[in-house]
Amino acid sequence: MSAVVIGVGNAYRRDDGVGPAVVARLGSHQLPGVRLVDCDGETGRLLELWRDADVVVIVDAVRVRHPQPGRVHRRSLDRPTFRGRPASSHGADLGDAVELARVLGRLPRLLLLYAVEVADTSFGIGLSPAVDAAADQLTTEVVATLRARVSA
Amino acid sequence: MTHRSDRALRVEGLARVEGEGGMRVRVVDGQVTDVQLQIYEPPRFFEGFLRGRRYTEPPDITARICGICPVAYQMSACQAIEDACGVEVGGTLADLRRLLYCGEWIESHALHIYLLHAPDFLGYPGAVELARDHRDIVERGLALKKVGNEILEVLGGRAIHPINIKVGGFYRAPDPATLAALRPALRRARDDALATVSWVAGFDFPDFTHPHEMLALVEPGRYAIERGTPCTDRGLTFPVREFETYVREEQVSHSTALHAHLAGRGRYLTGPLARFALSRQWLSPLAAQAAAEAGLDGGCRNPFRSIVVRAVELAYAVEEALRLIEEYEPPTVSDVDVVARAGRGYGATEAPRGTLFHRYELAGDGTVRSARIVPPTSQNQAAIEDDLRRFVQDRLALDDHRLTHECEQAIRNYDPCISCATHFLDLSVERETT
Repeated sequence: MSAVVIGVGNAYRRDDGVGPAVVARLGSHQLPGVRLVDCDGETGRLLELWRDADVVVIVDAVRVRHPQPGRVHRRSLDRPTFRGRPASSHGADLGDAVELARVLGRLPRLLLLYAVEVADTSFGIGLSPAVDAAADQLTTEVVATLRARVSA
Repeated sequence: MTHRSDRALRVEGLARVEGEGGMRVRVVDGQVTDVQLQIYEPPRFFEGFLRGRRYTEPPDITARICGICPVAYQMSACQAIEDACGVEVGGTLADLRRLLYCGEWIESHALHIYLLHAPDFLGYPGAVELARDHRDIVERGLALKKVGNEILEVLGGRAIHPINIKVGGFYRAPDPATLAALRPALRRARDDALATVSWVAGFDFPDFTHPHEMLALVEPGRYAIERGTPCTDRGLTFPVREFETYVREEQVSHSTALHAHLAGRGRYLTGPLARFALSRQWLSPLAAQAAAEAGLDGGCRNPFRSIVVRAVELAYAVEEALRLIEEYEPPTVSDVDVVARAGRGYGATEAPRGTLFHRYELAGDGTVRSARIVPPTSQNQAAIEDDLRRFVQDRLALDDHRLTHECEQAIRNYDPCISCATHFLDLSVERETT
């Protein structure tokens, strides 16, 4: 089993960088067979990144109307709520990427989305404390998930 | 709706553009009185962020401005800093930069043609629906895009925010075998790109032409990509270091991106149509033939046909990449020394969407004292708004839904990368009755 973890976001837009931050923190763990990458979330690039992976994990930031910064939403491919236009902070549309992959027969065996509610997407580097703590927690969770799935 | 003489159009969500922005059109007494492309980002953030940084850092930092065209930012930044330090990078290292840039053109143009723009012409809401009916076509687009990606990965270290690029050249030059391994995919891509030209040339295009002066870099003898002299199709020429004298930017109330115009001349257009107007005589024979067969040999002033011009540039970039790889001899060093010194430097390259200008002022110790970045989308903003004004004026008989859709399509002609000028983009069209 091979896996790829994709951190979607821009590290220069504060909390928007939570995905790349998790990917960076995963780098200090031993995860054989797991590829770690950052991505801007553009549809074609996502499709290429998960082309040869059995397990795809996407960590992204979401903006919601009344955010609880650091709250994590977990979705898997079989959940219908994964479709449509998620409240992503990116122009890219993850729902489109999934649908396009489905039409083209390129869906991975398992696709997991971790979406972290964020509040501060202003210009600058560094995560706000609640999102930073969520990134740590999420890193631990993703490590456990990958070890269970990939080494299985 | 045709009986109404006063109305306003607002489109709340512009799909298939890079980023988020807004669009607003107002019609009074049957005349379009106001068109605004709204861009929200504080565009000067990166310029402020660069102040106080080391002179070696702007290529990496500015690459983060845009995920779609990081190479353009890196190349303009490198060129400007090298200019400030009195260094010119030539020979094989310059060829490698051109090859890297070809990769970005291939990826960006394939993305725009297949996933963002073509669905407009074929009556589909987006690429997913297009793929349901024409899977093979979308697969062809993704294959082209992948080839561009592979060039970026080989030369840049990775496709997004390439890390192998530095002031003075590269951290590591590729070995010939690694580059040669790209050739089979590029040869297939050449066929795919030519098929792309034929495909898009067959679309139906609205009868519409733009009156704008067109500006692009020109490098006599070849199609300008990674360097050149700014020229317009009406005879204006000036050195890159005079860019800010000839291109003036001003604040407008509806947008946080600055509006650019040519001093004493007015709005202008940069991008594929401008490049094609000024450099098409230097296309490769195959790309020139494809352009002629697509009916472009007399030039092109119809923004809707920019998709055909992009396809021709896609074919050219693939051919040029093949040529550069075939002629590649590894350089003796992967970079030239660039020693910091106090001064100003200027750089301009042709990003997929148009001319991208950078200017840096360095202190003697190499600290960046000031930076100026003029991205293509903000240069095109006034021209896009003018197109919309005239486009809507001629189509007031259309109902709101149709008119809104056609406005969005007209904006997508320019492949606006609001991410470059801004980060978030929302498109709106409003209608109101007075």
